[in-house]
Amino acid sequence: MNSIQFAAGPGFQPPSTSDFNLPPAFGHSLYATKPIFLVFFSVILISAFFIASSRKAAVVPSKMQFAGEMIYGFVRNNIGEEIIGHDFMRFVPFLFTLFTFVITNNVFGIVPFLQFPAMSHVSFPYVLAIFSFIVFHWVGIKKQGLGKYLKGIAFMPGVPKAVYILLTPIEIATFFLVRPLTLSLRLFANMFAGHLLLLVFITGGDYMLHDPHLFMKILSPFSFAFGIGMSFFEFMVQCLQAYIITLLTALFIAGALADEH
Amino acid sequence: MLSSTSALLQSAEAAANPLIPKTAELIVGVIAFALLFLVLRSRVVPMFEKAYSARTEAIQGGMEKAEKAQRDAELALQQYTAQLADARGEAQKIREEARVQGAAIIDDLRSKAQEEAARITSAAAAQIEAERQQAITSLRTEVGTLATQLASKIVGEALEDQVRQSRIVDRFLEDLEKSK
Repeated sequence: MNSIQFAAGPGFQPPSTSDFNLPPAFGHSLYATKPIFLVFFSVILISAFFIASSRKAAVVPSKMQFAGEMIYGFVRNNIGEEIIGHDFMRFVPFLFTLFTFVITNNVFGIVPFLQFPAMSHVSFPYVLAIFSFIVFHWVGIKKQGLGKYLKGIAFMPGVPKAVYILLTPIEIATFFLVRPLTLSLRLFANMFAGHLLLLVFITGGDYMLHDPHLFMKILSPFSFAFGIGMSFFEFMVQCLQAYIITLLTALFIAGALADEH
Repeated sequence: MLSSTSALLQSAEAAANPLIPKTAELIVGVIAFALLFLVLRSRVVPMFEKAYSARTEAIQGGMEKAEKAQRDAELALQQYTAQLADARGEAQKIREEARVQGAAIIDDLRSKAQEEAARITSAAAAQIEAERQQAITSLRTEVGTLATQLASKIVGEALEDQVRQSRIVDRFLEDLEKSK
């Protein structure tokens, strides 16, 4: 899989999945890798920014408080209150953490010098999906009781009995397999593909620049320009994916809170 | 040495399939997310909520204050209007009283003047009457004397008798009055 090469450029090694497997920054520790540093850095950065912006909790906000409140208010009102509705405040800290964690790590993908989206390593989206999975099932069980909750999932009320033969496996798969998998893989695949796309244009531009043919050298800036253009597009995708994973988690929670789905 | 080799081997295997998670990253992901969650839940969310509720309170407080001020203003306006109406009524009353009093004074003065005039007139009339009576009396005496003198001169006869003389005069005067 790693050895696939384009016929047009015999010397060019197109970026592959191995490019995501960065070696440890120092030593041989598996914990000293770039994505792990970036994840911890994002935690420090988010904490520092929001603690600083919320510390005063002023009635008339400073610019920084206003910026922090804008992000917080977006998650709280546009996602939490709008989707979950009544009793949404319980889930705001979780949704807020999810959104800020994902958007920060995503945007790291186009921040100069950092330039790596940690979410392109599938482990992190898996962790987020597991948290989301635990939260929305736990909410449903706590609200309806384990038996009633599982029965509600497996045997959707108001459906002819014969349909259960088809519906029950689908519903069980949806709630316990499809939801966490789609939640994590959607995020992972978007970040993975986006980063790969940028790698193609930028390493490609670099390769063409060093090619002895003048024609390739002339074309090289176009590749770089396209890479920059794609970076803007990536920024949009990064924000959108953070919004989507938060929105879907809120929807799952709202579904578990509702008596019938 | 052996462990690091196996670690490299493991990472090489993971690179082959990007869908297989790495244990180290799973652990880090859980810790990082939990850490961030705890920080945001304990330090950030309560502060933002505090700011929200303080703002809501400030806005509501301001609105209540404004409403109170408006109520106060309306009350003051009502008071002023009532006071103004009172004052108008008072002024009207005072004017009325003044008019009545003025009329009474004028009446009083008029009646006094009339009395005075009547008094003066009657006094004058009495005086005139007295003077007339006096004049009549003196005239009568004088006319009598003159007439007697004249008659005595004419008749040449002295009418010494006083009684007769006055009787004659009286008769003469009565005749005079009758003929008048």
